[in-house]
Amino acid sequence: MSKKELKTVSNTVTWKEITEGGIMPYAGNAHLFKTGDWRSMKPIWLQEKCKQCLLCFPVCPDSSILVNEEGAMTGIDFDHCKGCGVCAKVCPFKAIDFVEEGK
Amino acid sequence: MAIRERMSGNEAMAVAMKQINPDVVAAFPITPSTEVPQYFSTFVADGVVDTEFVAVESEHSALSACVGAQAAGGRAMTATSANGLALMWEILYIAACSRLPIVMACVNRTLSGPLNIHNDHSDSMGARDSGWIQLYSENNQEAYDNMLMANRIGEHPDVMLPVMVCQDGFITSHAIENLELLEDDKVKAFVGEYNPKEYLLNKENPISVGPLDLQAHCFEHKRQQAQAMMNAKKVILEVSAEFAKLTGRSYGLFEEYMTEDADVCMVVLNSTAGTAKYVVDQYRAAGKKVGLIKPRVFRPFPVDELTAALSKFKAIAVMDKADSFNAAGGPLFTEITSAMFGKGVVAPKVINYIYGLGGRDVRSGDLEIVFNKLLEIASTGKVDSVYNYLGVRE
Ligand code: SF4
Ligand code: SF4
Repeated sequence: MSKKELKTVSNTVTWKEITEGGIMPYAGNAHLFKTGDWRSMKPIWLQEKCKQCLLCFPVCPDSSILVNEEGAMTGIDFDHCKGCGVCAKVCPFKAIDFVEEGK
Repeated sequence: MAIRERMSGNEAMAVAMKQINPDVVAAFPITPSTEVPQYFSTFVADGVVDTEFVAVESEHSALSACVGAQAAGGRAMTATSANGLALMWEILYIAACSRLPIVMACVNRTLSGPLNIHNDHSDSMGARDSGWIQLYSENNQEAYDNMLMANRIGEHPDVMLPVMVCQDGFITSHAIENLELLEDDKVKAFVGEYNPKEYLLNKENPISVGPLDLQAHCFEHKRQQAQAMMNAKKVILEVSAEFAKLTGRSYGLFEEYMTEDADVCMVVLNSTAGTAKYVVDQYRAAGKKVGLIKPRVFRPFPVDELTAALSKFKAIAVMDKADSFNAAGGPLFTEITSAMFGKGVVAPKVINYIYGLGGRDVRSGDLEIVFNKLLEIASTGKVDSVYNYLGVRE
């Protein structure tokens, strides 16, 4: 995303510069909206138990299961994970713990 | 040469739409605006327009279809009245905030309840804060002319807002009057093409419309929308001036009738202004200095111009064909008086009459009561009652 594009979605944009009618003229900027602080519960990935079956990846409603280019699960994106716990429930190997945030 | 014709107000609006030839018309029938899409659907069936006519299942869907069509990059129009407009409510605000210059023929009818199909202004007055430009029309000619100007106003890059053209249900919508039409090619040249900067079907620059807009940005969008409404005033005057050159019919923000040396003035919207002009003529013939102001543009509200025009009168009666049920006066009255106070215009005595609700006939004799009261106030300087009802059985 260019600097100009970033500006129109930044929290400092003025009413004179903001996009008309609230349109979103650039694709791929939803990641700028950080929703991680909505979380009250937190998934903890236990790497040693993980079998890389990737069942957690498709069920995450926030695309917060991080998968690298080799197709391996590498952790959780806590900027966007809302702590719904679906991944922990789905994992057949108990490789995701689900604990209270801040504990 | 202009075309001399005779037709109802509804047909006049439909003919204007035919000449504009929009990309999409989506509408649902409701009395008294039904004839507008009815006439229009025959133009579609006869192949005289290129429009996609969407026969939807409700007014909510009608305006939603217009929002989709306009966001896609097309020119969309609709027509409705009363409860149809009420069913569009949610989408009225979405059309305006999304800056989609849809044009609507609003044929004014009492908003139920009680259930009533006749004319007052409770439908469009309720939509006064929805972000739509509102133009009011005294007669069939004005309804036609306002429709022809609506696209140019709404689609102006400094505006980009939807426009509602209002006329009185049955009184003008169903009355056949003589009027002058423009030739099709002249309308086409005047209205021009709609070329939005951003639109959904533009594959070169894809956009999303209507995304979530929270605390960080929503206020900025509202402020920007407010600016568009402020900008609209200048654009309305420019478009009207161009229209006057083309047709010889000039329109401003409001019409002043016999106001130059008037002591007292009535302010009234739409068809009742015609009756009031007749009464003014009678009073003038008897040497009484009465005048009339007929607002054409209610949104944006012409605060500076209207207060300046009203400042010279001793007494003013603001006529509302809608009640705000606020125990204090109708919408036109409260807006005019607060505008005058804000501008420091406090010399004229201003009173309010709620009149003609539910289609109650408004005769010249009714309006004489108002002018007589105004002349009495002008001579005594005393106002016994500010908020009044006219033509109701006491
Ligand atoms: S579901 Fe469990 S085992 Fe499978 S990839 Fe995810 S964390 Fe690893
Ligand atoms: S807790 Fe919910 S949001 Fe967070 S990673 Fe797991 S599935 Fe995704």
